[in-house]
Amino acid sequence: MSRAIYGFAALASLAAGALGVHGVLGGTWTLAVPWLLPLGGVELGMDRLAGLFVAIVALTALPVSVYALAYDRGARGGLGAYLTFLGAMVVVPLAANAMTFLIAWELMSLASWLLVARQRDASEAAWVYAVMTHAGFACLLVGMMLLAAGTGSLSFADWRVAAPAFDPTTRHVIFVLLALGFAGKAGVIPLHVWLPLAHPAAPSHVSALMSGVMVKLGIYGLIRVSLDWLGVGPPWWGVVILVVGTLSAVIGVLYALVDHDLKRLLAFHTIENVGIILIGLGAALVFQPVGARELAALALVAALYHTVNHAAFKALLFLGAGSVLHATGTRNMEEMGGLVKRMPWTAACFLVGSIAIAGLPPLNGFVSEWLTFQALLQNLSVPRPALNLVFALALAGLALTAGLAAACFVKAFGIGFLGLPRSEEAAHAHEAPAAMRAAMAALAVVCVGLGIGATLIVPVFAAVAADLTRGAQVPIAVFGGVTVHVSGDFASVSTLTVAAALAAALLLLVAGVRLVGATARPRVSDTWGCGRIVQTARMEYTATAFSNPFKRVFDFFYRPRKRLDIDLHPESRFFVRSLAYESPTRSIFDDWLYAPLMAGLRRTTATARAIQSGSANLYLAYILAALVVMLVLG
Amino acid sequence: MIEAVVGSVAQILVVALGAPFVVGLTRTLKARLVGRRGASPWQPYRDLAKLLGKEPVVSATTSWVFPFTPYLLAATMLVAALVVPVVTSRPALGFAGNAILLMALFLLGTFFLALAGLDAGSAFGGMGSSREVAVAALAEPTVIVAIFALALRADTIDLGAVVERFGGEPSLAINPAHLLAFAAFFIVMLAETGRLPVDNPATHLELTMIHEAMVLEYSGRYLALVEWASAMKLFLFMTLLANLFVPWGVPAGAAPGALALGAAVLAVKLVVLSSVLALLETAVAKLRLFRVPELLAGSFALALLAVMAVFLVR
Repeated sequence: MSRAIYGFAALASLAAGALGVHGVLGGTWTLAVPWLLPLGGVELGMDRLAGLFVAIVALTALPVSVYALAYDRGARGGLGAYLTFLGAMVVVPLAANAMTFLIAWELMSLASWLLVARQRDASEAAWVYAVMTHAGFACLLVGMMLLAAGTGSLSFADWRVAAPAFDPTTRHVIFVLLALGFAGKAGVIPLHVWLPLAHPAAPSHVSALMSGVMVKLGIYGLIRVSLDWLGVGPPWWGVVILVVGTLSAVIGVLYALVDHDLKRLLAFHTIENVGIILIGLGAALVFQPVGARELAALALVAALYHTVNHAAFKALLFLGAGSVLHATGTRNMEEMGGLVKRMPWTAACFLVGSIAIAGLPPLNGFVSEWLTFQALLQNLSVPRPALNLVFALALAGLALTAGLAAACFVKAFGIGFLGLPRSEEAAHAHEAPAAMRAAMAALAVVCVGLGIGATLIVPVFAAVAADLTRGAQVPIAVFGGVTVHVSGDFASVSTLTVAAALAAALLLLVAGVRLVGATARPRVSDTWGCGRIVQTARMEYTATAFSNPFKRVFDFFYRPRKRLDIDLHPESRFFVRSLAYESPTRSIFDDWLYAPLMAGLRRTTATARAIQSGSANLYLAYILAALVVMLVLG
Repeated sequence: MIEAVVGSVAQILVVALGAPFVVGLTRTLKARLVGRRGASPWQPYRDLAKLLGKEPVVSATTSWVFPFTPYLLAATMLVAALVVPVVTSRPALGFAGNAILLMALFLLGTFFLALAGLDAGSAFGGMGSSREVAVAALAEPTVIVAIFALALRADTIDLGAVVERFGGEPSLAINPAHLLAFAAFFIVMLAETGRLPVDNPATHLELTMIHEAMVLEYSGRYLALVEWASAMKLFLFMTLLANLFVPWGVPAGAAPGALALGAAVLAVKLVVLSSVLALLETAVAKLRLFRVPELLAGSFALALLAVMAVFLVR
C-alpha cells in the first residue's frame, strides 16, 4: 500500500514539476471551476512566480517520495495526509482567488499537522504548531477580508488593479496582517517557536518537505503581498523585512550552534536560511520605491535563487539525517560518530549538503549568497544615510551568518560522521537502502548543478524578477556561458571557473607531490594521545564542547545556566562517586515574549471564567440581555 | 591570452615560492628582536623539503577526509593566488567572484581543515577545530564591512579595479575611512592567519593552541602541504593589505618588465609588513581565548566607522 502511494506521489510530482517548469519559462493559463466552491469558486492561474514555486514544491517532492518508498515502508497511516499535503502545496501558488488560496493553505497546514501529531511524543510540538499556524491563518483571513471588502472581489487579479490605490493606512494594516500570517509560516523570528518543535518531530521525509518546501510558501505569500497585490509600498516595509530577515539569519544559526539534536539543528538552519531569503526580499522592497528598480530586481533574483537552493540542500540534509536516524535510532549527535566509514554514501551526500548550506564555493549556496552580497553592497546608489547604515549592518549580519553556518556544519558533519562511534548503535550502523541513497544522490547532484550551472539558472530567475518589478531591467548578464555579470562592471562570478580551477589545482598538487618524490606509503598508527594506551570515544571532543566557545562569546544571548553536581564519597572528599554537569541555554523569546503572553492569556481567561458558572438560567439571562441590547441599539 | 597565462603563472609562482620566505623572514626578525640569532629566513624551505621526504603517519581512526584535506587546502590557496592582485592588478580569475569569493575560498579551506581536526577523534584536534571556526566566523563581518568601505570609495568591488582606482588617484587613499579600514583589516589578518595576539604560531602547549592543535595529527607530506598552505594564506592576506591600502606600483599589464617591477615593489611592501608583524608579535602577549572576541568586535567597530566615515565625507 505505502509503495503504491509513494510511487504515485513521485509520478504526480514529476507531472506537477513539468507544469511548474512550463510556468516559470513563461507559460500562462487560468482555470476556473465556479460551481466547486461558494464565494468565487475554484480559480487557478499560472504565471512565472507561481510556476517557480510549483516547480520547487514538486521537484523537491519527487526525490522525497522516492526516499519514502524505502524509509516509510510498510506504513499504515499518514499516507492520505501525505498526499493531501503535497497536493495542497501545489495548489497554493496556483490559487487565483482568496477562497481557493485559503482552503489550500489550511489543508496544507492541517495535513502537515496530522503528520506531526501522529508521531509519538509529539503532543507538545503538535499543540504549539496548531496554535501558531492558526494564529497566522487568522491574520491572513482578516487581511484578505480587508482586501476583499476594499475591492469588492475575492479575485487576486482585481486586487492587483485596485489595491495600490487604497488609502495608505489601510494598505499598511493589510500589509502587516498578511506579512504576519505569511512570516509565521516561514518561521521568521520571533514567530519561529513552532518550527524547531514541529519539523524534527515529523518523519524525516515529511521534515524535508516541511523545511524545504512548506516554509517557502510563506516566502511566496510575502512576495505576492508586497510586490504584487498591494503594488509598490513605502520603504519601511522593506526595512522591516530586511531587519527581521537579518535577525532571523543570525539568531537561527546561533540556536543551531548549541543544539545537538541533528534534526532540530537543521530546523534552526531553516530559520537562518529564511532570514537570508528575506534579506534579499527586504532589500528589493527598499530599492523598489526609492527609484532603484534595477537593484530591486537584482535583490529579488538573489532571494529567489536562495529559495530554490535552500529547498535542494535542506531536503538533502533532512534525508541524510533520516538515514542516520534509520541506521542508529538516534537524533542526538553525541551518540553518533564514525558514520563516514559505515555509511559512506549518506556521509558523502550529507557533506555536499553541508558545503552547500555553508555557502562555500563552488556549490549553490555560494552563488545565491554572493548575489545577495552584491545587491546589498550597491546600496550607496540610494543616498539616504539611515538606509545605508541598515544595509551595512545587514551586510555584517549576513557575513556573520555565513561564518557561523560553516562552523555549525563543521560540528554537524565532524561530530556526527567523523571520529570514533560514540555509541553501540553508531558502531553498528548500516548504509541506507538503494531508494534512499538514490534520492540523496539526486539532490546532491542538484546542489552541485545549481552551483556550477549558475549561468543557465540565473536568466530564469531574472525573468521572474522582471515580471515582479513590472518590467525593470534586470542588471544581470551572462558572458561566454560561464560568467554572470552584475550591474555592468560592478562584479562578476563564475562558479564553473572556480570549480575547474580547484580541480586543476588538486591534480597539479597530487602530480607535483609525486614528482618531488614524496611517495612514501603512510604508516597507519594510533591517534596521538600523550602516552595513553587505548583511544576510546570518551576521549573525543563532544558537540557540547565544540560549541562552547560560541556559548561563551554569545553569553548575553544564550544566558546559559550551569549546574554541577559532584557526589563525593562520605569517607573522603578526594574520591568522587559521580559527576553531573549540565549547561542548558534559555530562549529569550520563550522567556520574554511567549511566557508573559501565555500568562496574560491565562489571567484573562481566568477572569472571563467568572461569567461561565454553568447555570442554564444565567445563560438564558445572558441571551435575554443580549437581545434587549441589540434591540435597543438596532 | 598569452599575457594572461604569463600573468597567472607569475602570480602562482610568486605566491607559492614567496610564501615560505615571508614566514621565515618574520621568524628571523622576531628572533633578532629578542636578541637571538635565529634561523635563516630560508629555513621554512628546508623544513618543507624535509617533511616531503618523510613517511607520513596516519591514525587508524581517520577517513578519506584526512588525507584529502591538505591537497584541497593548498588548492584553495593556489586558486586564491589567481584572485588576489599580487604582481598585476588584473589577475586571471579576478572575474570569478572577487573579494566575496576570496573569503569563501579561505572559509572552504578552514571548513575542511576543521573537519580533519575532528577526523582522528583526538580531543586536541577537536579543541583546535572548535576554536579555529569560532575565530574565523567572528572575523567574517569585519572583512565584509571593511571591503564594503573600500568598495564604496572605489565604486567597484573588483579587487584589481579597487587597486587601479586608488593607485591612479592617490588622494583617495589618504583618508580617514581608508586608515580605519586598514586597521580593521590588519586585526582580521592576525586572526585569520593565526598570529599573535590571537594565536601563537610558535607555541608548544596543546591547551593554548588554535591552529597548531587542529593540525596536530598531520605529518610528512600532509603536514608539508598544510604548512605551505598556511604560509600562502599569510602571504595573500599581507599582499591584500599591501596592495589595497598602499596601491602604488601594481602594474595592470603582464609584460615581463612590468611583472618584475610589480614583484620588486611587492617585495619591499612585504618586508615592511613582515617587520611590523615581527615587531608586534614581540611586543604583545597572546590574548586569552575568550578575550579574542573583544578584539574582533573592536576590529568590527573600526570597519563600521570606516563605512560611516565614507558617508560623512561623501
